Amino acid sequence: MDLFLQSLVSGLLIGGLYAIIGIGMTLIMGVLKIINLAHGQILMVAMYITWVLWHTWGLDPYLSIFITIPLVFVFAEGLSKYLLHPLIEKDSILPENQVLMTVGIGMVLVELARSIFTSDYRSIQTSYTDKSLYIGNISLSLPLVIAFIIAIILTVGLFYLLAKTDLGRSIRATAQDKFSATLMGISAAKITILTYGLGSALDAAAGSLLLPVYYLYPDVGPLFTVKAFVITILGGLGSTVGAIAGGLVLGIAETFGATYISSGYRDATGLVIFLIVLVFFPGGLKRFTKV
Amino acid sequence: MLKVENINMSYGDLQVLWDVSFEVNEGEIVVLVGANGAGKSSILKTISGLQKVSSGKIKFDNDDLTIIDPAEIIKKGVVHVPEARRLFNEMTVEENLIMGSLHGEAKEKRNETIKKCYDLFPRLKERQKQAAGTLSGGEQQMVAVARGLMSLPKLLMLDEPSLGLAPVLVQDIFDIIKGIRQQGITVLLVEQNVQTTLKFCDRAYVLENGKITLEGTGKDLLNNEHVREAYLGI
Repeated sequence: MDLFLQSLVSGLLIGGLYAIIGIGMTLIMGVLKIINLAHGQILMVAMYITWVLWHTWGLDPYLSIFITIPLVFVFAEGLSKYLLHPLIEKDSILPENQVLMTVGIGMVLVELARSIFTSDYRSIQTSYTDKSLYIGNISLSLPLVIAFIIAIILTVGLFYLLAKTDLGRSIRATAQDKFSATLMGISAAKITILTYGLGSALDAAAGSLLLPVYYLYPDVGPLFTVKAFVITILGGLGSTVGAIAGGLVLGIAETFGATYISSGYRDATGLVIFLIVLVFFPGGLKRFTKV
Repeated sequence: MLKVENINMSYGDLQVLWDVSFEVNEGEIVVLVGANGAGKSSILKTISGLQKVSSGKIKFDNDDLTIIDPAEIIKKGVVHVPEARRLFNEMTVEENLIMGSLHGEAKEKRNETIKKCYDLFPRLKERQKQAAGTLSGGEQQMVAVARGLMSLPKLLMLDEPSLGLAPVLVQDIFDIIKGIRQQGITVLLVEQNVQTTLKFCDRAYVLENGKITLEGTGKDLLNNEHVREAYLGI
């Protein structure tokens, strides 16, 4: 029973981080109407920034979110403005042009990281990396608990932004009806570019928060793109609340897979859950959340 | 107030507006009538900047709307209530209204204007927290009109507000439009509901195949032989 609870709690904690990755992807999908296949790679960039900050100046990885979030935001805005957005205006044979562009961006980022940092595995050691909190017989990894709390704060902040501010409402309006949004005086181009930045910034936060409990190498990018994609599909495409559910489900599924099957099957379990959901609940978990 | 001068507009290779000119004076209700595909909605889309003209000018007060970014046009006091309502379906009624008031003076007076809109459409007050997509057609049309009014427009452009509404509601919507004009807002209306609209408008233009073929006061056009035959079936 303890093992079960232990897995459940660990899964939930990591799921909180997956959730903000998924929310970022969902935002981008909602407004740009594309699957951002560079999502994990952008997370990898944030992880490398965090690693460099820690390695060079000894900056605490959790404090570094104050640097990675704005830095990645600006970087992603640039990608969106100069690489993705120009494609919207062009008529082409393939409507998926922008998706292909994100694939290209992803590849370039991975190979750039490889040429700068080599393929070596890296991780960081902080004074609290190995510390745990105990509730009864269940241990909670301290870095994951901190990461989970920060993830919740970011999620609440984002929901406040989307629900209560004109900017957030404009983002939702653009996602729902670009034509009407323009009539209301919302510049669809500005919102599109901004949303890519915002989605990537959440992704960046997840990257910084993951680094103390994860290892880092360039190909972590594609791995997290797949995870982000799975979370978004689990959540039912375009639902932010669904993305949270998707993130938690993926986190728990992976931890149970690692506990009860083999830690080598961690990622495989997540993908099996993904297939099951696609076959039996093609609409994703959105059916159950109704938001 | 609004002066459309010799505009030509095409969708790709297909030209849909041919040398269209008309004007709307302050305080008027002007109607563009015509059959499906005559180019009525296209005219509104060019005024609100969603379609670029290939030639011609659209003057509103002192601005040329053809060279302004479409998202800026609402700030000039021109608002377009689009065909088939196009609400933000997953947002609440109140949020939809808020979306109409994102800029300048409209934003400052947001709460005040929302109250006025609820006075005008008491039904919407009852439904303020409901998602707009769940409302009936008539209620959605009220939201669309109210969302337009939220921007405190000088010129309100309505694209087929009676589309898909029960006859009783059609009369309601037209009464509301008259009320809006009494508040000093100029109205440019696009309609297929020719008989009713010609009765209460000040002036009307008849559009056929992208060209303006007739113009005059509502009464004149109601008595016009061609209009009676082609649109009223008399």
